[in-house]
Amino acid sequence: MSILNVRVADVEQVTDVVKHFTLVQENGQPLPRFSGGSHVVVSMNINGRIHRNPYSLMGSPENTDSYHISVRRQEKSRGGSVFMHDGVTVGTELQITYPVNLFSLSKLGKKHILVAGGIGITPFMSQIADLNRLGDDYEMHYAFRSAEHGAFVDQLQQMCGDRLHLHIESEGQRINFHKLLSNQPLGTHIYVCGPEPMVNALLLTAKDLGWPKTHVHSEQFLAPPIGDSFKVQLAKSNMEIEIPGDMSMLEAMEEAGLEPDFLCRGGACGRCEVEVLECDGALMHNDHYLSDAEKASGNKIMPCVSRARCQKLLLNI
Amino acid sequence: MNTPAFKKETFRDDYTFRNSPEAIRRFPFPFAEDEYMYSVNIEQHVSTNPGSVFEYAIDIDEHYIAECEDRRLTLERDPTRYIALPHMMDAQWDMVELIMDSLSTDYPQWFELTKNGNEWHWINKPLEIDQTFTFGDTSTLPMEPFEYITRQVQGDWIIMDHRDDDLFADMGMVTSQADWSIAFDAGMSFKEWHGPVPQANEIGIFDRALKYLLHLQYGSPVRRLNWTMTVNPRLDTSPEEFPLWGPDNASVTPENVGEKVYLRVELQALFRLPRSNAIAFSVRGYLISLDELITYPKWAKRLRRVLTNLHPDLSEYKGLDLYRQTVIDWLEPLEDGAELGLGTQPE
Repeated sequence: MSILNVRVADVEQVTDVVKHFTLVQENGQPLPRFSGGSHVVVSMNINGRIHRNPYSLMGSPENTDSYHISVRRQEKSRGGSVFMHDGVTVGTELQITYPVNLFSLSKLGKKHILVAGGIGITPFMSQIADLNRLGDDYEMHYAFRSAEHGAFVDQLQQMCGDRLHLHIESEGQRINFHKLLSNQPLGTHIYVCGPEPMVNALLLTAKDLGWPKTHVHSEQFLAPPIGDSFKVQLAKSNMEIEIPGDMSMLEAMEEAGLEPDFLCRGGACGRCEVEVLECDGALMHNDHYLSDAEKASGNKIMPCVSRARCQKLLLNI
Repeated sequence: MNTPAFKKETFRDDYTFRNSPEAIRRFPFPFAEDEYMYSVNIEQHVSTNPGSVFEYAIDIDEHYIAECEDRRLTLERDPTRYIALPHMMDAQWDMVELIMDSLSTDYPQWFELTKNGNEWHWINKPLEIDQTFTFGDTSTLPMEPFEYITRQVQGDWIIMDHRDDDLFADMGMVTSQADWSIAFDAGMSFKEWHGPVPQANEIGIFDRALKYLLHLQYGSPVRRLNWTMTVNPRLDTSPEEFPLWGPDNASVTPENVGEKVYLRVELQALFRLPRSNAIAFSVRGYLISLDELITYPKWAKRLRRVLTNLHPDLSEYKGLDLYRQTVIDWLEPLEDGAELGLGTQPE
């Protein structure tokens, strides 16, 4: 996997819980180009332990002198976002992956409806830049809790003009998905990124209304959940490792010196899929990648976010 | 880079195409063992062997000018060998950037690129092209950007749009193909256009290959080799022109097999494109006559063994049935039964 060495050139407190970071390449060269909706995975060294979190690229794909990411502080998490908020300042050096796009705009879309909840606005910032450049028809719906939580509203107003629709919860404004999805022209694509209940509600509404699956797009990166510790045996590597409660299997394998494949580290892309050879207990699938049938069959697991509760787990890696 | 001067030669009519000893030596012989079956034989497309066809992302060799001229002739007869669906314009510019960046970086003696913001200046010395244009502005080039740049590079290019967890062949410049047609396949999904390939679906190759490709990353291109055989050094073995070359398959005799029959190896590389998120699939063909190939006895023996063991479905699909046995018989005297070991190197 290609890695980029970057330096933090600017940090901006956007709301009381959101910080915006500007990253430039250490060698002074422009960063690789990317398409709207892309993300990078940022590596953080937190007390000797490497954390890797995916963040959407927010800047315009036209300008690759710097990358822009925004991080919401999550107190009840394993520390990645807190580290970004408290430990990362102007001048901090970080490593990031090349951009990957798991949330791309459909180039055949006649119209695009973008729906963001809270920090879920970030992937849309680069998508809007692409849509504006291409002159495509779109609507941006942005929901947040209260006025002070509306990150990037000024910027969005500049970029979207009257295509921007704000839905401020504290003012009693909620997006009516049924209404939004009921009267759209043929060939419309919808994209949603935000808290899980919001994403699920939209997906269900689209399904109920008969939207084609291929026209409904969502992105949710899951943070690896904290759980109980368990042991894993690795067949090909011929070793047994302990997975602490606050580490994912993927992280534990990396700490043990292995180099498993990965891309998103958030249960979305499927790249780190591993075959389960033996399990005497329950697999706790937390990903969005495997189908329900695949999860039920118990033959595969996504070590980036999923865990197990068992005495013996043998993986083919 | 000590590539010899570009050759003046033809890939049709009088067929004057020949390989220099250096070109034979660097030929990407595809058989590492005595038997052949499909596999997802994909590796990182990184520079491995100085002087080899794997040294640079896009290989330019002694046949460069002649191959570009052959493409021009084919397009003159049939412009539908170039297709770009309207939603692929970002990918068109991605391709201009990929090819111009690669060639000017790897072959500065022949290609120069100067960028001043979006104002680009491109010089292609072998083809005597000097072009200033505005990147992103189609009106500043004499034709569509993808057609413009692929007329200046060897090999076929198929650009696949990535959507609905699938890949669609929505753009292509295909003039040197082994009997398939971009006009027929345009817009097809990955499994649709691979439909005719025998045996591979049964062993699950396409599921795995598609999944792998959907995860292909910008900055980490990959490659594989594929192969077939052909009669005469003809680049344009297309279904559209079958009457021009199809009958040649019945013209192979024990007397002419060494000069008539060619091993045709495709260096297939896959690049994720940055703005469009599309995937570029390049199919660069290398031709070598059996007379040229047997200058390395190891290759002669290995080819004979592979052809002898080849699955009948693959032989038929690759169009070898009419002359495969003639080739095997002709190579027979070179066979000494020696263990060849793993590997594709000529000696």
